[in-house]
Amino acid sequence: MSTKETLTGAEALIRALEMEKVEVMFGLPGGCILPAYDPLLKSSIRHVLVRHEQGAGHMAQGYAHVTGRPGVAMVTSGPAATNMVTPLCDAFMDSIPMVAITGQVPTTAIGTDAFQECDTVGITRSVTKHNELIMHPDDIPMAVRQAFHIATTGRPGPVLLDVPKDVLQNTMTWYWPTDDEVIESLPGYRPTTKGHSRMIREAAKMILSAQRPVLYLGGGILKARAAAAVRELAETTQIPVVTTLMARGAFPDDHPLALGMPGMHGTATAITAMQKSDLLIALGARFDDRVTGKVAAFAPDAKVVHVDIDPAEQGKVRRPDVPIVGDCRLVVEEINKAIAELSAAGSGQIDITPWRSKVSGWKETFPLTYDPHEPGAALKPQYCLEKLRDLAPEGTIVCAGVGQHQMWTSQFWRFTEPYTWVNSGGLGTMGFAVPAAIGAKAGQPDRTVWAVDGDGCFQMTAQELVTATTEGIHVKIAVLNNTYLGMVRQWQEMFYGERYSEVDLKNCPDFVKWAEAMGCVGIRVESPEEVEPAIEKANSINDRSVVIEFRVEEFEKVFPMVPAGTSNDEVVLHPSQEPRRDLLK
Amino acid sequence: MRAINPNNPHGDSHTHHILSVLVQNRPGVLARVASLFARRGYNIFSLAVAPTEEPDYSRITIVVDISATPLEQIVKQLFKLIDVVRITELDPRRSVERELMVVTVRADGSQRGQVVELANIFEARVLAVGAEAMTVSLDGNPEKLDDFEELLRAYGIVESQRTGRIALPKLDREARKGAAKGKAS
Repeated sequence: MSTKETLTGAEALIRALEMEKVEVMFGLPGGCILPAYDPLLKSSIRHVLVRHEQGAGHMAQGYAHVTGRPGVAMVTSGPAATNMVTPLCDAFMDSIPMVAITGQVPTTAIGTDAFQECDTVGITRSVTKHNELIMHPDDIPMAVRQAFHIATTGRPGPVLLDVPKDVLQNTMTWYWPTDDEVIESLPGYRPTTKGHSRMIREAAKMILSAQRPVLYLGGGILKARAAAAVRELAETTQIPVVTTLMARGAFPDDHPLALGMPGMHGTATAITAMQKSDLLIALGARFDDRVTGKVAAFAPDAKVVHVDIDPAEQGKVRRPDVPIVGDCRLVVEEINKAIAELSAAGSGQIDITPWRSKVSGWKETFPLTYDPHEPGAALKPQYCLEKLRDLAPEGTIVCAGVGQHQMWTSQFWRFTEPYTWVNSGGLGTMGFAVPAAIGAKAGQPDRTVWAVDGDGCFQMTAQELVTATTEGIHVKIAVLNNTYLGMVRQWQEMFYGERYSEVDLKNCPDFVKWAEAMGCVGIRVESPEEVEPAIEKANSINDRSVVIEFRVEEFEKVFPMVPAGTSNDEVVLHPSQEPRRDLLK
Repeated sequence: MRAINPNNPHGDSHTHHILSVLVQNRPGVLARVASLFARRGYNIFSLAVAPTEEPDYSRITIVVDISATPLEQIVKQLFKLIDVVRITELDPRRSVERELMVVTVRADGSQRGQVVELANIFEARVLAVGAEAMTVSLDGNPEKLDDFEELLRAYGIVESQRTGRIALPKLDREARKGAAKGKAS
């Protein structure tokens, strides 16, 4: 900079965010962050005013999920910061790039139990990739650059900047650090992106010589934007593919090699293919307990190639035979090259046709299924989802809360492109759907965004539809109302002898009136004939948010199911498929 | 931190590992390291921290008592902390270790001579003498401190404090085992 410009810390903060190309941020002002809201008035950044700080965090996550750019949330100190803890932890578990800015009491008041003071960096230390208390306005530009660098590189994650009020009010001389200066300032942060070439060659050899290989895709594929490279790998080798809850959309569900989701509520085929496999090629996946079931009994005959940018994931749960630390896209591209070279040199792939036909046999015999609606009985949630899916406009993004509706959505939606699925996988945050959908729509305004929610989840964060209405960010919400905390009810039915404890939500509000009170269109659906017209109506409304309440069967359960802590071999199938479970052998 | 088991003051030798962790000298760095151990369920046996020859960096010497597999995991998790620059596992056979102990031991007139004699043998220093007790200090290899402490126990230890060990690689041969290079995400 030729001329030295004096700015307040607040002005420097907002300018730094603009320099980082932030287009939209989600937040709610309050005492300590107030100075930062003044320069925002003349900033190019759009600020979305939420109704609860947790909403701001989940919106930032939804935005990051669908755009790949870091989501930004800004709130004040104390209770606002503690309300941000859940989204931060959610983003940390699911590796979502996010930058949260919290106000803090003035530096002179820190440690005095001042009004709205809390130890934000202390509280959020274990739920962020990094956090920083900025003690001087001069440090703001570098701290912001570091935050965005750390949030978006390596294994992405949330970074929190805690900024005391006087740091925002005092002045500094503006400067903007160069890339080199940022990297130099972080001597302890050098993510490995390029895989080890010997390991890559070793992986290629194992892939070509495996008899029963499975490609096990995790959310890292999406973070690394590796879907195209992975598809090439799958198609060249004709290896079947499972996509975890976090990877739905990374590989098209309508592809002949797609086996769907593995894990607790995965397809019988995906679960069994992994169990019987002799080589798991884990790409950006972390062997989560919901995928492995009982670890000691998981895929007992499989060797493991594990590609992950986070070295701590290698061997955390399952010791890999070939660990490769690196960016999934770069590594898979190298594996593809190595396979091509080996094939050209005459050491081609062994015949896996028997394996493939076995797997397709399972796929035909054990499709996802549910008992169809009986006349006079309540609607089936799966039916509603099939209709939502079939009527969804091209490119629709679907979000979910956490519970039965989330599992049904993951099961019955047909994902054909990446970045169209937004959900809370690792933390399992009920109430995620509505704010995440608003964030997703803010990031992809030209796409239809549907949130599938449960009645329990909806009651946690529905107030953000007020945000949607006032900000003109129009989303569509399908509430599958079974008047229960459905997943908990299912566990109590199956594992607690049908002793239902505190899961009854029958005293729920009138969702239609509630939607209308928040400026949305509210529709109630109770019979199968009403399903299609209601969805078509919702899809045709683009100037308001829409809430459809589907009154669905109370006792419907999610199948298949691997009971927690048991082996994937013990998967409980849909009752209609249990008689033929021997065919899974 | 865990209470010392007097029968096995430094834990099972098979599970005793010394990590020398070089960190950027920034506010909260010790809290980050300590809370990571707590969060992942690992015990710190002893910990010593102070600035290094370069004021921008501190070195944290951590003794942990865990087997090799969780050690690998804790090292990787530690390495993910942005402020952690380098982690070296020091093989006790190939490093020099030092620890300081200050101990107040019961020593009335009749016993004082014996305690002083013991202190002389160990090259400990007498720091203070009272009518009923005396305070001595000893620095050296942690095992030497263990031996001294054990012998003093017969007289009655009123209070004792150890610093936790610090260590550096030996100069005469390759001392670093599993030094992690580059940086994790």
